[in-house]
Amino acid sequence: MPTPTKGPRVGGGPAHERLILANLATSLFEHDRITTTEAKAKRLRPLAERLITFAKRGDLSARRRVLTVVRDKGVVHRLFAEIAPDMAQRNGGYTRITKIGARKGDNAPMVVVELVREPLSAKKATVKEAEAATKRAAKDSAAKKAAETEAATEPVALVDAAADAPAVDLPAGAAPANEDGSAPEGYTVKGNADSGLYHEPDGQWYDQTVAEFWFKSAEDAEAAGFKKAGSKSE
Amino acid sequence: MAVPKRKMSRSNTRSRRANWKATPTTLTTCPQCGAAAQPHIACPSCGTYKGRYYAAAERTEHQA
Repeated sequence: MPTPTKGPRVGGGPAHERLILANLATSLFEHDRITTTEAKAKRLRPLAERLITFAKRGDLSARRRVLTVVRDKGVVHRLFAEIAPDMAQRNGGYTRITKIGARKGDNAPMVVVELVREPLSAKKATVKEAEAATKRAAKDSAAKKAAETEAATEPVALVDAAADAPAVDLPAGAAPANEDGSAPEGYTVKGNADSGLYHEPDGQWYDQTVAEFWFKSAEDAEAAGFKKAGSKSE
Repeated sequence: MAVPKRKMSRSNTRSRRANWKATPTTLTTCPQCGAAAQPHIACPSCGTYKGRYYAAAERTEHQA
């Protein structure tokens, strides 16, 4: 017995279904991003990803097999010449489906299907950037301390350096929380050392956050390598 | 064809229908704009989902 097709059936018959899916794939490769219903998107995804795999292979045979589904030569050229190179680093997961709520009229759940064309390491790049910023902030604070100690007379400088040593791991522009956990004067933004996030007073998790550091503003926190709470996923 | 023998009483009808209940929609707050939004769905007020923007997701007041 043949394996049944996964997902709901679309259209009025097998031929109609093939046409609908081929048209959806053609539109997706032409525009990069299309809006459709969730059911159609879920049927489109495996087909589109298979066609992209053919495009990555890139030879004439693969091109002819794609042309049996996507009839438009211009779109197939775009798929092979522009889309396939962007997907070179990726092993599957070429498309992304994002739900955008129900359609007015028939309440059908709508989605946006898009090609994932951004480079694979985008997330890693941001992580790297944040780490660099933290390092830079630490260096800045260390340099500042060094300048201060130089200005002072030598024996006092030694004492100063010893006193400042434990405070070196404090980010630039931050103040430690008071003994009872309340905010130092003028500092309103909470910094959570465990998660590396900062919370502004109007933030969703502001009240429940236990602040190790306090900042005067969101910019200070950003400069110290902290990220805005809620933006962690991206 | 099998058909009911007796008229269904008002009581039975109503006790059956008493179990048709609507459930409240689960809502979260959008991390971008703070408006109420359904989980796993792009925010209808600002059109963002996980930091990406979708113009098609935005709804005006009378569409919502």
